Amino acid sequence: MIRALPIIAALGIGMLAPARAEQLIVSVSNHRVTVTPNYAGEELVLFGAVEKDDKTPPGRNNYNLVVTVNGPRTDLTTRRKERRFGIWINTDSRQFLQVPSYLAVFSNRPMDAIAPADVQRRQQLGINNILLTQRVGTDYADVVATDPFRSAFVRLRKEHGLYREETSAVTFLTPTLFRTSIPLPAEVPIGTYDVEIKLFADGALISKAETAFDIVKVGFEQFVANAARNHGFIYGLLTAAMALMSGWAASIVFRRD
Amino acid sequence: MQLYLPIADIPINVLLILAMGAAVGFVSGMFGIGGGFLMTPLLIFVGIAPAVSVASVASHIAASSFSGALSYWRRRAIDPALATVLLTGGVVGTALGVWTFTLLRNLGQLDLTISLSYVILLTAVGGLMFWEGLRALLRMRRGDPVSLRRSGSHSWVHGLPLKMRFKRSKIYLSVIPVIAVGLLIGFIGAVMGIGGSFILIPILIYWLRIPTSTVIGTSMVLTLVTMVIATLLHAVTNHLVDAVLALILMVGGVTGAQFGARAGQKIRGEHLRLLLGLLILAVGVRFAVELVVRPADLYMIRETGGVAP
Repeated sequence: MIRALPIIAALGIGMLAPARAEQLIVSVSNHRVTVTPNYAGEELVLFGAVEKDDKTPPGRNNYNLVVTVNGPRTDLTTRRKERRFGIWINTDSRQFLQVPSYLAVFSNRPMDAIAPADVQRRQQLGINNILLTQRVGTDYADVVATDPFRSAFVRLRKEHGLYREETSAVTFLTPTLFRTSIPLPAEVPIGTYDVEIKLFADGALISKAETAFDIVKVGFEQFVANAARNHGFIYGLLTAAMALMSGWAASIVFRRD
Repeated sequence: MQLYLPIADIPINVLLILAMGAAVGFVSGMFGIGGGFLMTPLLIFVGIAPAVSVASVASHIAASSFSGALSYWRRRAIDPALATVLLTGGVVGTALGVWTFTLLRNLGQLDLTISLSYVILLTAVGGLMFWEGLRALLRMRRGDPVSLRRSGSHSWVHGLPLKMRFKRSKIYLSVIPVIAVGLLIGFIGAVMGIGGSFILIPILIYWLRIPTSTVIGTSMVLTLVTMVIATLLHAVTNHLVDAVLALILMVGGVTGAQFGARAGQKIRGEHLRLLLGLLILAVGVRFAVELVVRPADLYMIRETGGVAP
């Protein structure tokens, strides 16, 4: 497990691209989101600044930003229902391999206004350009964005707030200071979330930075989930004992004969 | 009041689940059934994954049937010998059921199987029960004598070997059909997340001709043991039992059941059977409509495991 990596990144500030003229300094408002009994989703804030140095062309202020948040990766299967023998049953299916369970893309303007199509594809800007590997029979490949399974997959994830793309979510407070919020619905999976921030000017990538945050179960939730997974038998016995206890208690409390 | 469920991994409204538990408990107390066939669809309806619903409802049914079994035991309305023989089949059936459940989940046809078995079982049992209740009611209207037990009429079941005397039920019967019935109920109970007493009770009364006085209590013992085993097996093999969800359901369920039982005693047996038949039929028809009508969304996403290594 490479758990140490995101933690180092999470320690605060991600700095990258030393040979470039601009540097990005970013941070999220909370690096460790805890799931408590009354957890019902959360909203994080990512803020940062573009730092210029002497190599920066003077008067360059037309910056564009694309922020991509990737949740923990998992295999997801999309199934299609068809009518067979008068009833609707699952017939065809595609497996999406190691795709992000949560995926959010935020930018300050539409992708087409930020970079030309080939740059968008190379830099995986926007959900349509992000690689979602499918297993088609024995082949592994991503398909065009209009593929029925891919578009249904993205649409369903969007309906649950697990995939989102907003092209006006990043706001520049000053020409170099920016912020965006990362909404996390209650259903978001537990795990490490990588945040990638790419800075563009004149249609070209000029700098990028990475940071991360974790969503973790703590206390009782973590205890129950761990017990269920690691000590299934004892967990089952305790649940059964709990059932018997409450049944017995009810028969005592409401005893009439 | 929101609460995050640790296994189902979604927040739910505690009061809503509590109310659902109480409502189903009321119905189960009134008719002397476990109520799993109502609870599981309701949980799926509020957004809990079908697999988690089935696994968690098992422990909920165990709780309500234990509470019921205790009061029947005090009234000496349980036949221990009959319960033991039923359980022999029930335990094997439950294990087979949980195994099938895991298999179907891997094949991706679990949801369809659950829906289809609900449709077939519920419409058949509900329809029969409704029809029978209606006939009994009409007979009573006309003033004909009610003769549920046609004594002396022996079917082929009573010709089977390995006969055994069940003292408290005052019946002399082969163990083969009893074990077979236990096996069947254990199997469908584990696959569908139901206790199965709504199927078991009619079988015991009409097919095996066991007296009504011991049927309900004895079937509760079978339900109790098969559901405890189902809880254990689901916890070990699929890790899908949500103890927090189960606890909320139990508290609502056992309370509702007590009030339901009191309400049930005020209603005549024929009316009760008619109502139960109608209820079961309605749930079955609802599942049938869902299968036949074009779904709002033809696509569906399911997690197929494999978190990044």
